[in-house]
Amino acid sequence: MNALAHLSDIVIPILIFFIVGYGFVSRVKVYESFLKGAKDGLKIVVDIVPTLIGLLVAVGMLRASGFFEMLGTLLGPAAAAAGLPAQLMPLLVVKLFSSSAATGLVLDIFRTSGPDSYAGMLTSILMSCTETVFYTMSVYFLAAKVTKTRFTLTGALLATLAGTVASVVLTRWMI
Amino acid sequence: MLNLIWAAMILLAVIYGAASGHMSEVTNAALDSAGEAVSLCITMAGVVALWMGLMEIARRAGLVRKLTKGIGPFLTFMFPGIPRDHPARDYIATNVIANILGLGWACTPAGLKAMEELAKLEADRGNPEYLEDIKTENGSVRRASNEMCIFLILNISSLQLIPVNMIAYRAQYGSANPTAIIAPAIAATLISTLAAVVYCKIKDRAGILSGKRSDRGGKTV
Repeated sequence: MNALAHLSDIVIPILIFFIVGYGFVSRVKVYESFLKGAKDGLKIVVDIVPTLIGLLVAVGMLRASGFFEMLGTLLGPAAAAAGLPAQLMPLLVVKLFSSSAATGLVLDIFRTSGPDSYAGMLTSILMSCTETVFYTMSVYFLAAKVTKTRFTLTGALLATLAGTVASVVLTRWMI
Repeated sequence: MLNLIWAAMILLAVIYGAASGHMSEVTNAALDSAGEAVSLCITMAGVVALWMGLMEIARRAGLVRKLTKGIGPFLTFMFPGIPRDHPARDYIATNVIANILGLGWACTPAGLKAMEELAKLEADRGNPEYLEDIKTENGSVRRASNEMCIFLILNISSLQLIPVNMIAYRAQYGSANPTAIIAPAIAATLISTLAAVVYCKIKDRAGILSGKRSDRGGKTV
């Protein structure tokens, strides 16, 4: 763990050092290039502010209304039969929309059941194998100004489903 | 699609919040989330600008080209329609590599840039939806290209090999073996990504066979 945490601490400085060093040695105008890139980056962020506001407000409102808990208890029995503890149901839904909201739920599960319990292990693996569907889709498609997303949603949900099934099977096998 | 989902979320939140007596929480959440989104963007602005600046250096120094070459066969397999020297390939490569290494802060900027380049590629292909810029507010509707769909599905299926965040959280909550999830997480990621790849290849091929792609830019001249 410590070695890994340490690795993620040093990887960014090393990367920055390497890029700037390599650029300098290859006689690139490093500072001017940096400024141009940074300017492009700012433009991108300004473009996605409205998307982010829209999405976070919708997720926040839905979470505050208690809808996710209701969904969790409603789907709980069916989920339990499929090997998913009821407390994971809100997480499965929230995870589709926002990873920061999902992280809150993950920590909640770790707090109540412990990270090494069945629910804890399943949560850990589940969170590692797919990304948030709607957040990624709205932010990325906005960059291309696309409104019709065609087969993206089906594919994304299919990948999420495959990851979920795999997580359940693997966790059962491990514990 | 996103219109429907967004409206459903907002309407459901208000209706369910009213029914369950959580209206004041819903009110607070709406206001707080809007503020949170802006502060998130401010934090992100610095990181994205820093990374895009570094990327520009890497691009001009030819570093990105080298990386692209490394995963070239994979890119050609997934995106046969993108010309080899198109900038979209570079940005997709950067995004994929950052994803695999778990550099979350580096994925999004490269991914957004890749989407912009894919939009330009559609314009180059003569797709009328992409020719006039910005006039997408009303009237003209842009449909995603096959490459865009595939790129997004790949991203959502997660390519990250070592779930550093999860390991850190597990350690924080007293796990006896925080890294025990590495092997199963890699296996689960591979399975979700494999499902994504198979689905994308089927859709991509189906598009070509039914001729849908020809007017969507199957011909790259």
